Amino acid sequence: MSILEIQHLTKNFFLHNANREVHSCKDVNFSLEEGEFLGIVGRSGAGKSTILKCIHRTYLPTEGEMLYHSTAFGKISLVSASEREILYLRRSEIGYVSQFLNIMPRTTAKEHVMNALTEIGCDKQRAEQQAKEMLSYFQLPENLWDLYPNTFSGGERLRLNLAHTMVKQPRLMLLDEPTASLDDKSKLLVRDMLIRLKNENTSIIGIFHDLNFMDGLCDRVYNISEGVMEG
Amino acid sequence: MPITEKPVLQVKHLTVRYGKGCPLCGEHLEKNRCTVCGTVWAANDISLEVYPGEVLGIVGESGSGKSTMMQSLYFDLQPTSGEAFLSDYHEGTKNIWDASAAEKRTIKNCIMGMVYQNPVMGLRMEYSAASNIAEKLIAAGNREAGAMTERAKELLSAVEILTSRMGEAPKHFSGGMQQRVQISKALANNPAILLLDEVTTGLDLSVQAKVLDLIRRIKAEYGISILLVSHDHAVIRMLADRTIVMLDGKIIESGLTDQILEDPQQAYTQQLVHSLL
Repeated sequence: MSILEIQHLTKNFFLHNANREVHSCKDVNFSLEEGEFLGIVGRSGAGKSTILKCIHRTYLPTEGEMLYHSTAFGKISLVSASEREILYLRRSEIGYVSQFLNIMPRTTAKEHVMNALTEIGCDKQRAEQQAKEMLSYFQLPENLWDLYPNTFSGGERLRLNLAHTMVKQPRLMLLDEPTASLDDKSKLLVRDMLIRLKNENTSIIGIFHDLNFMDGLCDRVYNISEGVMEG
Repeated sequence: MPITEKPVLQVKHLTVRYGKGCPLCGEHLEKNRCTVCGTVWAANDISLEVYPGEVLGIVGESGSGKSTMMQSLYFDLQPTSGEAFLSDYHEGTKNIWDASAAEKRTIKNCIMGMVYQNPVMGLRMEYSAASNIAEKLIAAGNREAGAMTERAKELLSAVEILTSRMGEAPKHFSGGMQQRVQISKALANNPAILLLDEVTTGLDLSVQAKVLDLIRRIKAEYGISILLVSHDHAVIRMLADRTIVMLDGKIIESGLTDQILEDPQQAYTQQLVHSLL
């Protein structure tokens, strides 16, 4: 069963100060099956991140339809869903991970992961237990759990990002070049984790620059060129 | 499973006008001032909804009507027209601006909490921190001194003010401490909604971090809905679920916070977002 259907997705940005329209992605079509890992490749500026940000509704699509099969709502259009519905989906079903860490000040790594659960009503004790399990799963050293993540390395931040997103057990994961700043060893670790997530039936769309990284990981790979998706 | 939650606060067509207005007012506005009769439209047909447990961010330049809206909601000024409904006041069926003086006091003391940019507006600087909180508790009908002292201790601890200083007047506190006392006072009677007007402006970074952390905890642990006015987009990004953009007394754009900041649609919002350092 497909979990996501993208139909004729087009995104343009109108820049008022320049009175100019910038075309980002054009007539993108694909569907994602449950438990499938779809890779998207393409040079910088080709429009890869735009697709993920449209699915996450950080960007408003210009044209097209995005149908998501939600546990809570059934089939729902991510284009016309209300803001409240999108917020619910982000909290409970759709996770987004980039290489950047968006964290509250004075929040430790463990609290950051716990917050993902407490904001959806989980009690503190259970949230702490699950946060610890998730931080172990993503192999963030235990001596870092009670520290503020400002000083973490790129790999440690990514693992924290993944733990923060995965602790909610999203059905759909959007990975926006999460490995961009990682060394080879850290990439291998992330790769192993993604394989484990895939084996647990998480549907994943991932953008990566490193083709070797994607080899054997993705079920399908699309190439984006000049905003147009090629099979 | 459709989302069926009712809004905690619903504002409909709020308008605050200084001047008599004229038949041409709507068509001849220069920013928010009528060029024909000189009437200033400080808030012009504002409608919004705040849902349980959410933070609604409000951004816009100075004079855009943000504080006018907050002050109208907290009865600091009477709007020219419009309606506002609170789910905790007659189950959202009665306009709060039609409430009697006594009902307005109840709403201010028990249903809403307000934190001003300038603590002088929200605190009695000469009275002790504990007395400031007690004032709110007494206004809500509490009379038992021991229980009020305990509640003051609990609230001041929650905002990281040493209880050993609860007998001191806020005028002896730093700006960040005054702001936190103000927040604890606003929380005294477990309000359903908190109005925060530029609460981190003018505070140094470490104090700002404490206040932000506190707001996040209020949201997560108390489930209180928050209307958050801020010039600081980083604060809005961190805390607000949804954001509205105001200009010349009007709402010109609204959306999910990350969408407003990363894919703004209106010319003014793009200018505002691109002005970030």
